[in-house]
Parts: sequence; C-alpha cells; structure tokens
Amino acid sequence: MDLFKSFGGKNNSKDIAKERLQLLLVHDRADVSPKFLEMIKEDILNVISNYVDIDEAGLNVEITKEKRSDNTYMPALHANIPIKKMKQVIR
Amino acid sequence: MSEAIVITSGKGGVGKTTSTANIGTYLAMKGYKVALVDTDIGLRNLDVVMGLENRIVYDIVDVVEGQCRLKQALIKDKRFDGLYLLPAAQTRDKSAVTPEQMQKLIGDLKEEFDYILVDCPAGIEQGFRNAIAGADRAIIITTPEVSAVRDADRIIGLLEAAELHNPKLVINRIKMDMVKRGDMMDIEDIIDILAIDLLGVIPDDESIIISSNKGEPIVMDERSLAGQAYKNLVERLLGNNVPLINLDMGNGFMDRLKKLFKLA
Repeated sequence: MDLFKSFGGKNNSKDIAKERLQLLLVHDRADVSPKFLEMIKEDILNVISNYVDIDEAGLNVEITKEKRSDNTYMPALHANIPIKKMKQVIR
Repeated sequence: MSEAIVITSGKGGVGKTTSTANIGTYLAMKGYKVALVDTDIGLRNLDVVMGLENRIVYDIVDVVEGQCRLKQALIKDKRFDGLYLLPAAQTRDKSAVTPEQMQKLIGDLKEEFDYILVDCPAGIEQGFRNAIAGADRAIIITTPEVSAVRDADRIIGLLEAAELHNPKLVINRIKMDMVKRGDMMDIEDIIDILAIDLLGVIPDDESIIISSNKGEPIVMDERSLAGQAYKNLVERLLGNNVPLINLDMGNGFMDRLKKLFKLA
C-alpha cells in the first residue's frame, strides 16, 4: 500500500517540516534570558574557582542543541571554561 | 458541575472561533446550557460565525464596567435551547478588561451555565491572559504547518506556566491527500512534537466556508465530514471514547462517486 512512500525517501516536504520544527522548538524551548545565563555563569564560576584558576574573560556559557542517537534534538548547556592553572593545594 | 474551557492557539487564523462555535453549538444540541464568550476585543468574530451579529446590544466590556447586567448582554441563540453568546466589544481594546474581571465574569456565568467556552484572541499578550484567566481547561487548535505548530508549542509552555495543566490538542484543516503524498505533517508527527493529548482532528472541508458564509455552525449540517469530526471531538471532551473518523476519503473519481452516493 505504501509502495510509493518507499520511493519518496527523505525528499517529502513533510519530513523537512518536521525536522525544521524539531530544531526550531529546541531553540524556542531553551530560550532563556541573558540574566538567567549570567546567573548560571556566576554560580559555575564560584564553584569551579575553588579548584582551578579560571580566565574569567574567556568564560562562555550558552544553551545549544545537540542531536541525540534517536535523531531528535535536545537542549544542552554548553560551558567553555579556560583554565589558567590548577590549584595545587587541593590536588 | 460547570466548566470553563478556553480555546486558544497562539497563531491567528487556525480556526479558534470556528471551533468555539461548533463545540458550543453541539454541546447545546446535546442539551447542555452553554455560554460562548468572545474575548477578542476589537476584532470580534464569534458573533458572525454564529450568525448573531445583528442582535448585539451590549458586550463584554459593558458587563465588566457595570453598564448593563450580565443577562442583558447575553444573546440567546433561538435555534438551540440553552445556547448564549457574550460578544466582545468592537470599539475598545484588549486593556478594557483585566484578568481579575474575567475571573469574576466566568464565575458569574458558571452559576447559570454547564459549559463556558472562551474564544481566545491570537497572540500571547493581554487578550490571551484575559482569556485563560478563568478557565479550568484549555483546548489548543493547530494546523499541520510549521508556524502553527510552533506557536502551539509556545502556548503549551505559557499555559503550563499559568498552571493550566494538561491542555488538549485539536488538529484542524488536515488534508489527507497531501498527507498521503508526504507533503503534509500527519497526526502522529504533530503529536510527536507537541507531546500532548489529542482531542480531535478536523479535515479541511469546503463546507466550513459555506457554513460561515451562512452563519450556521457546521455541526448543523448532517452530511459534513468536518461537522461529524466536531461532534466526535465534543464526545471526547465529555469523556466518551470515540475513535477518530476515517478522513481518508480521497479525491479520485471513484472516491467522489462514492461520496456522492454516501458510501464512504
């Protein structure tokens, strides 16, 4: 019955619509205020600073989307934290 | 036990008003006392879809401002016992009513009616906040388009934040021939993405336009597929287990022939 479907492959506009929507919604759903990110950033900074010296100017925190194994997308908190040096006392 | 249900969508033009009219009309046909409330202040349309536009004297703003009593503003639909419309004001804006006033209004209506159906304006601003203020339940209307589904998702989030939990989804204007070709998202695709319960699916049906031309809700048309879909939707709203009707009518010659003889 779905003989033609198998020939259609991925070029159906419905598949394009669905994929675009999934990507769009990951972004929409994870859309947070700069203030919210600033709060996370500060807390991360406070915790990590106990263990390492951080280059604060280079610290970058953002919410990105990541493709999972089942081909769906999920928001991910992505933090890039440049380390100046480890704190020797604790190590 | 009376219940206030808000019909909302985020995006405009997906069928909120038509759905409100049809759900309300069929509830009244089933013997319930129903109040339809148009909260789209400045752009009222529920009166036109219901064919009651010539009978408006007072409106929702007159009621909340105390210019008239609630009963004076309610327009009785003479076709069905127990069906009333509270029209929106046309010459005011959304800020003429506050969420607190809406809550009180819905509370007052609950003393008289079994169901209060609130037709929500498009958008997520004050009109939306007013419309959901007194609601116990929410119905979200969408169509199988990226923009409409995206806005529906946003509305789901906002309803959750307003503690209006477990909204139900209506997929409007689905074209089965396009779904079959792979050129329109199917029911499962949309449910997959929005992850809420499905209340009903309404096929794209020319008879809807004809019915709105005449000001007669489609549930009054015994032969309409969309009308039947709305009736089934109402049954599910009432907690009855009704399967989705087969919308797969096709548009080929044989299909049309079958339709003509009402075999399909």
